[in-house]
Amino acid sequence: MAIETLPEPSIAMPITTARPRFGFLLATPIIATASILLLLITVMSILAPWIAPHDPMQLLPAQRLRPASEQFLLGTDAFGRDVLSRIIYGGRISLLIGFGATVMSIGCGLLIGLFSGFFRMVDAVLMRVMDGVMAIPAILLAIAVVSLSGASIFTVLIAITIPEIPRVARLVRSVVLSAREEPYVEAAISVGSGLPKIMWRHLLPNTIAPLIVEGTNFCAAAILTEAILSFLGAGISPETPTWGNIMAEGRQYFLVKPSLIFWPGLLLSIAILSVNLIGDAARDALDPRMKQREGK
Amino acid sequence: MLGYLVRRVLAAIPVMGVVALVVFLLLRLTPGDPAAILAGDNATTAQLERIRTSLGLNEPLYIQFFTWIDKLLHGDLGVSLISNVPVLTMIGQRIEPTVSIALSTIVLSVVVAVPLGVIAAWKQGTWIDRFVMGLSVLGFSVPVFVIGYVLIQVFALDLRWLPVQGFKSIGSGFGPFLERLVLPTLALSFIYVALIARMTRASMLDVLGEDYVRTARAKGIGEIAVLFRHALRNAAVPVITVIGTGFALLISGVVVTESVFNIPGIGRLTVDAVLARDYPVIQAMILLTSLVYVTINLLIDVAYTLLDPRIRY
Repeated sequence: MAIETLPEPSIAMPITTARPRFGFLLATPIIATASILLLLITVMSILAPWIAPHDPMQLLPAQRLRPASEQFLLGTDAFGRDVLSRIIYGGRISLLIGFGATVMSIGCGLLIGLFSGFFRMVDAVLMRVMDGVMAIPAILLAIAVVSLSGASIFTVLIAITIPEIPRVARLVRSVVLSAREEPYVEAAISVGSGLPKIMWRHLLPNTIAPLIVEGTNFCAAAILTEAILSFLGAGISPETPTWGNIMAEGRQYFLVKPSLIFWPGLLLSIAILSVNLIGDAARDALDPRMKQREGK
Repeated sequence: MLGYLVRRVLAAIPVMGVVALVVFLLLRLTPGDPAAILAGDNATTAQLERIRTSLGLNEPLYIQFFTWIDKLLHGDLGVSLISNVPVLTMIGQRIEPTVSIALSTIVLSVVVAVPLGVIAAWKQGTWIDRFVMGLSVLGFSVPVFVIGYVLIQVFALDLRWLPVQGFKSIGSGFGPFLERLVLPTLALSFIYVALIARMTRASMLDVLGEDYVRTARAKGIGEIAVLFRHALRNAAVPVITVIGTGFALLISGVVVTESVFNIPGIGRLTVDAVLARDYPVIQAMILLTSLVYVTINLLIDVAYTLLDPRIRY
């Protein structure tokens, strides 16, 4: 007997994948402006070697603390280095740290959260550890890690990542805890799907939307933390051009040349503001419950 | 209620245990000889040995941990490697500026942010709402040191209304004390106002749709009374929670603000300790701030039951 294939359902079934849409990046004029500004800063950072008018590390002792001129559009710092070039290069570190710390914290947090949500045995222990790490103010943990391990981009990255891991882990865990009660997960278990498959195909997709929201918000926070670390002198070594480092050096010359603080501060603020606005837009677009709650 | 309190306090113990373990392992797990890391590149053998004995680094790891915990429980937070002064004494000398700034910031933020959030929720969707929300995103985004320097430039250098930097103890007169407190408090309040206003608005929006708000309005009660007496009271729990979780923001803000305004508080103490790798001080600061953070959030949880009779444990 031939096996008949089932006829196509006459009603169009809505396909409800958790795949996020990125149309929200242009949702309103403000968010579109934020997206464009962030894009500009990214392009500026990537193209830094070609668009920076001078070498950001080149010392010109004869040209110390020069005001803005045709040769140095934003003047020079206390070592005679071109401020504009240093600011252009500074974007590289900020974006690298923001993006890198986000990816790393989501990677680690996702792993811990998935396991914690699925295995009750490890859950209790892991969550107590996470509670403990969360109780330590992030900035103190970060400066302690950097001061002990020495200042390099990698240690700064680690130092900023560690305090965020528990937040991601908790978020993923809560999603997994509610998802594992769903009939489709139960069904997957009963037909004998392997654990990796259940995690990958059934649990992971649920975490994508909340992780995009958490990730964008954390990305802004990471950029800010890097700047704070540099500003306090506990970040990447001072000769490296970062926005925080330029401001840290500018502190001593604030009365003479306040622009050493204001220009990098402005770019830093624009970068963080853009990422924050995109994060809010992502939340509105991806988390309809939140939107309802805020009554929009 | 008492049982709940005991359970909550007991639950805080493992949290603090993990904090202590992290702080302990931070130094020991760093690659290389901890004593050499702390002493720096030009240390002599005698200096290294002094650091080893003062931190007990010659003992096996688990003995180090338990001796250290034992000392902690007896209130001994160690001695500074740089100045040889007990850490607790150092903190005691520097606590006044920090507590002053933190308290004035919390008071100012709540006084400003709660009404802003209430009005934004009340006038939802209007320009007032958009203005408050815009301000809030701005508050999250502009770093506190940038705000600090803008304030110094405008109010201290251009207008000459207030002193640029420094701190005067309240013992030397209320005027000079307040004068130097204004700018740091304003700078630090910005992000806190953003946080609280946003939460107040979201929480009020939840409540404003409730039946009892409609009933209150139907009774002909004035709008102000409806908002503040009926709605805000019910919206208070998330707002108070965010004040507690925002304490971590306050810590990082204080560290930076004290550097910007040259204030000799414990934030500045921590940064100096970090730059000098004075590990006992760093260690004590992490432990103490975490303890304060855990305690504040514990108190807030308990405060719910007083604020909201619907919550019973």
